[in-house]
Amino acid sequence: MAIIELKQVDYQIDDKKILDSIDLAVEPNDYLTITGPSGSGKSTVLLLMAQMATATAGNLYYNQTDIAELNPVEYRREVSYCVQRPALFGETVADNLKFPAEVRGVEFDQTRAVDLLTKVQLPASMMDEKIIDISGGERQRIGLLRHLMYVPKVLLLDEITTGLDAENKAIVWNLIQAVHNEDQVTIISVTHDQQEIDSAKKMIQIIEGSIGK
Amino acid sequence: MNLVVSNLSLTLVTGLVLVALFISYREKLGLNKDIVIGVIRTVIQLTVVGYVLKYVFKINNWALTVLMILIIIVNAADNARKRGPGIDNVFLISFIAILTSTVVVVGTLIATGSLKMIPAQIIPFSGMVASNTMVAIGLCYRSLNTSFRDQRQQIIEKLALGAEIKLASKSILGESVRAGMSPTIDSAKTVGLVSLPGMMSGLIIAGVDPVKAIKYQIMVMFMLLATTAIGSVIACYLAYRKFYNTQMQLK
Ligand SMILES: Nc1ncnc2c1ncn2[C@@H]1O[C@H](COP(=O)(O)OP(=O)(O)O)[C@@H](O)[C@H]1O
Ligand SMILES: [Mg+2]
Repeated sequence: MAIIELKQVDYQIDDKKILDSIDLAVEPNDYLTITGPSGSGKSTVLLLMAQMATATAGNLYYNQTDIAELNPVEYRREVSYCVQRPALFGETVADNLKFPAEVRGVEFDQTRAVDLLTKVQLPASMMDEKIIDISGGERQRIGLLRHLMYVPKVLLLDEITTGLDAENKAIVWNLIQAVHNEDQVTIISVTHDQQEIDSAKKMIQIIEGSIGK
Repeated sequence: MNLVVSNLSLTLVTGLVLVALFISYREKLGLNKDIVIGVIRTVIQLTVVGYVLKYVFKINNWALTVLMILIIIVNAADNARKRGPGIDNVFLISFIAILTSTVVVVGTLIATGSLKMIPAQIIPFSGMVASNTMVAIGLCYRSLNTSFRDQRQQIIEKLALGAEIKLASKSILGESVRAGMSPTIDSAKTVGLVSLPGMMSGLIIAGVDPVKAIKYQIMVMFMLLATTAIGSVIACYLAYRKFYNTQMQLK
């Protein structure tokens, strides 16, 4: 039983067809790697899966339910979409890690935040850093941690290692492996990274808005 | 009354318009037509308003007074609408914001005995409240439009983290309410230092003791602070939703 399924999904902006009849089934605890040329529609597929845009034709299902019938806010907390090059908000790193708690109207779990920071080799003191003072690699890691304060069912990753140096890449990669293996999170990862492509268990290519061979 | 403008003096003052026309002609500003239209409209509109107000004040009928105020509010809402291109139902939102601020503020002035329940007092004050709300919410709309465009990426991230649209828009809402209110707050800080406000000048020219005139002006400043606050909050909270569709996605 697929956790996420796309049936005959089209996406069109004005007259331009960006996705054309996408059929795709992702099983629970899959790690699906998506590649393809730039501009082929990979980010658009993730946007639709994240319920940040609505398909112009066809349907998307989450655990066999059409996502159009689900509460978008509840759904996005379970199927969490980490954008390419996240922009941090507020003033400090803490503002970002606290946001998921604010969203749910619950108390901020400081221990969890420090624990996650440690996993990506950042010190607890990072919490009070101003977001304008941190490096690109740190920004990417913190952007990702926001999605892990509460463990999602599915994690949608849009080229999250693009532009990182080898060391940062390895840190992020290890975290994603841990989330996938230990927390049983289903991962759908758009990437150009050769290492990730080489070690992919399941992979599809998107070419000019369609799934290629 | 100290101040009476005779028809003769008014005609002579028309010479000032000729100065503007001459400058426009010499400097090739191409404004001659606009100046003439502006002059004609000023004369016609104010003459009509003068006679209408005279009539309304004379017959002192509450239904007619309410109708006048509604006309003012509808006009103000229509003007505000033009400042919020792309926002759905912007006329209705503007109407609600301006109506509420007018009713609350003018109602308070009446309840506290600052204004008498007569058309000659209620109508001009409603006009002042409505036009100030109109300007304030116009600034709110402009701020909403720019912020939602510039911060699109950030909002998408907040939504992706499971935020309700209100939480995702929180920082923009704050900025936009502030944008609507800050001109009034700034003018409250400089009033009397930079220029004498129109209303106070009018009272002084008409022969009212300046110390009495300032009381009126203080009341007006307080009233405008409340007006822009109420109008901006209502307009922003109604308008921000229009940037999302029913699926809680950014349009
Ligand atoms: N808002 C938009 N308006 C018009 N075209 C868009 C918009 N967003 C994306 N596109 C177009 O859709 C195509 C796919 O984009 P995207 O999904 O970002 O590709 P990828 O992630 O594979 O690089 C591109 O040709 C892009 O120009
Ligand atoms: Mg992309």
